[in-house]
Amino acid sequence: MSAPTDPTSRTTGTTATAVPGPRTEADPTALRPFEVHVPEEDLADLRRRLAATRWPSRELVADRSQGVQLAAVQELCRYWATDHDWRACEARLNALPQFLTEIDGVDVHFLHVRSRHPDALPLVMTHGWPGSVVELLDSVGPLTDPTAHGGRAEDAFHLVLPSLPGYGFSAEPAELGWDSGRVARAWAELMDRLGYTRYVAQGGDVGAAVTDLMGRQAPEGLLGIHVNLLVTVLGGPPPGDTEQERAALEQLATFQQSGFGYFLEMATRPQTIGYALLDSPAALAAWMCDHDTDSYHKIARAFVDGQPAGNLTRDHVLDNITLYWLTGTGASAARSYWEDGGARAAAAASGQPPPPVAVPVGFTTFPGEIWRTPRSWAEQSYPTLSYFHEVDRGGHFAAWEEPELFAAEVRAAFRPLR
Amino acid sequence: MTAVEHDTGRAIRPFHVDVPDEVLAEMRRRIAGTVWPERETVPDASQGVPLATMQELAHHWATGYDWRACEARLNALPQFVTEIDGLDIHFVHVRSPHDGALPLVVNHGWPGSVIEQLKIVEPLTDPTAHGGSASDAFHVVIPSMPGYGFSGKPTSPGWGPERMARAWAALMERLGYTRYVAQGGDWGAFVVDQMGLQEPAGLLGIHTNMPATVPADVDRVLLAGGPPPPGLPAEEHRACEQLLRTYRQVEYARYMAARPQTLYGIADSPVGLAAWLLDHNDADGQPAAAVASALHRTTSASGQLTRDEVLDNITLYWLTNTGVSASRLYWEYRGGFFDAKGVAVPVAVSVFPGEQYQAPRSWAEQAYPRLVHYGQVERGGHFAAWEEPQLLSQEIRAGFRSLREPRVPEPRG
Repeated sequence: MSAPTDPTSRTTGTTATAVPGPRTEADPTALRPFEVHVPEEDLADLRRRLAATRWPSRELVADRSQGVQLAAVQELCRYWATDHDWRACEARLNALPQFLTEIDGVDVHFLHVRSRHPDALPLVMTHGWPGSVVELLDSVGPLTDPTAHGGRAEDAFHLVLPSLPGYGFSAEPAELGWDSGRVARAWAELMDRLGYTRYVAQGGDVGAAVTDLMGRQAPEGLLGIHVNLLVTVLGGPPPGDTEQERAALEQLATFQQSGFGYFLEMATRPQTIGYALLDSPAALAAWMCDHDTDSYHKIARAFVDGQPAGNLTRDHVLDNITLYWLTGTGASAARSYWEDGGARAAAAASGQPPPPVAVPVGFTTFPGEIWRTPRSWAEQSYPTLSYFHEVDRGGHFAAWEEPELFAAEVRAAFRPLR
Repeated sequence: MTAVEHDTGRAIRPFHVDVPDEVLAEMRRRIAGTVWPERETVPDASQGVPLATMQELAHHWATGYDWRACEARLNALPQFVTEIDGLDIHFVHVRSPHDGALPLVVNHGWPGSVIEQLKIVEPLTDPTAHGGSASDAFHVVIPSMPGYGFSGKPTSPGWGPERMARAWAALMERLGYTRYVAQGGDWGAFVVDQMGLQEPAGLLGIHTNMPATVPADVDRVLLAGGPPPPGLPAEEHRACEQLLRTYRQVEYARYMAARPQTLYGIADSPVGLAAWLLDHNDADGQPAAAVASALHRTTSASGQLTRDEVLDNITLYWLTNTGVSASRLYWEYRGGFFDAKGVAVPVAVSVFPGEQYQAPRSWAEQAYPRLVHYGQVERGGHFAAWEEPQLLSQEIRAGFRSLREPRVPEPRG
């Protein structure tokens, strides 16, 4: 890629927004290089707020059943205020080529790492909530430079990692309609703009929803998709005929009974919870750690017991939370659930089933995922399923927790499409 | 009640609110230093409490609002703390000047506190000064629920409405009341229903302004998302439609029922707390239309809810750091919400037009076989005591009038 370079458009990340710096080019759809430089005073303010946190009384139970435990959040915030080094994360981000470009009225931030292997396959990979491009940083090496990470040159990818609108350094949509379907169309436009005429797409969590919809929209050039969350089951109960299916149904039911609160709150009242998430770093951290049971326990252990699971270390967890804090995107990210809630309701009301995915689909089940998708469910959701594998490690944040294993899955899933 | 008992376990200790200046200054500092989200992307409240609403409220809260006035109103009333079932319970206790007054325990709800009930104290204790007769007088006891306001915060699970109901019976007994009635709305309605089920000695009857009357079969249908069963009379059909709307507006309740501890922001951020407390619905909106309109009312001659009263309540939560402990009540409770519970004691029901649903008389009669009063009120809603103190007071008087008759049989149990 030969992106136009314009040093004057270098952008500073600020606490308030991710609005880009002054534009010197007439065309907002141009690719503008981007670097992260957070003012020192923003970091000082964060530490001041952490030090001044007012805590609620301790939960009344010995487990996670009332929410994120006080001891875990307090240790997280202690480490955050005293040991975590945002500049290290900033340096990791700035070591990679980053850009902004306006798509459909919103400035989209993305990392674009080209492989040195000329035949590399272009891949757009989408993060989820409560994630960001930070989740995906450790898979950049294995995917773009496979020979340095136990892979072969013919497994190489040119990698495009966009920040979802309202997340990280992408702009916050100021208008309605940015559901996952619109994001999927924007990614197709982005790949087109980058000059990629044949490419693949990958995602987990919200990224899985975006990637699934790219598959259904079938933009020209999309050769196939790989997902690691089966988002189709949220539209209605899948079968429970086999032991594996019944086990997964039970996990799904547990999630919808007790693990779904953040989802419902963000899908209905993102602005209300947004006030706390923007004003209190402890609130933001707790809200983001209260995702699924498996990742909660892994993250809590990383802080309380100093025992991280895989690559899900204290620093990596805090890199991501700090990114949300510094960009002030707690509410805007939550709003993406509100948008998707509206889109799901409209789709259900239309009575029309979504178009099927016609391109090949790869699926990997990670054992710690919220529900452990059986092959039968993946086959039912995707008649063009071309790859299915259940691996032995990793959970909801697969790319983050197990980047090498995750990269091996992405390589394997897309190998036949080259 | 002015006597102080000296038996330490059952002692009734006078209580006075006196918040240090530095705590108020710190609150104002935090409000002024709020980091705000961007504006919602809709022109209404469908994504939550709008930014403009919160910013305007926060500005007044930090610069014009006077907590000391609220403190003075509270301290003008006799307040006490007494330990019940291992927890300090704060309560307001105002005796009527009339000898024959009927003792009444009044229960607040969420996101409320004793502040909701302040305007009914005078009409109930001193009816002759407020359009009533001496025979309508009450001795009024208004406890703060465990985890709320100046009551203690539970440190172990178990403080649901059932346990509170037992605690209030113990409180009334400790105050020497052998014949009394109980009243409540919101969580207070759950507590008085539980008191009705427990039938403690001395309880003559209850009054509820959020009656739980939905027949079990209808409740199942509604909780599953409806539609209302076919063939219902118009009033019952309308109630079903209202409940279906309510069930779409109670994600805040579902959240607190599942993850109260995760709400660290309502302990750490005054604005985060205020938005969370404001986002309770009523029949006319979410946030409640009655509260949203109060935010534009700076003064009120007629007792209507004002912006400062709304802030009094929010500030009480902030100063006592009870946002999370109050939320845990939702976690504690695993029972039904509006389903008939089988209360057998005499029950008075008031139906306010802005309440979650208008309980039809037919349902009220089934749910409460000893229905002694069914009043449809012309104004007011979910926060009845706060919004329409005179009307609620009249309803409470009318509701309990028949229970004052000397020929009322002693309660069973």
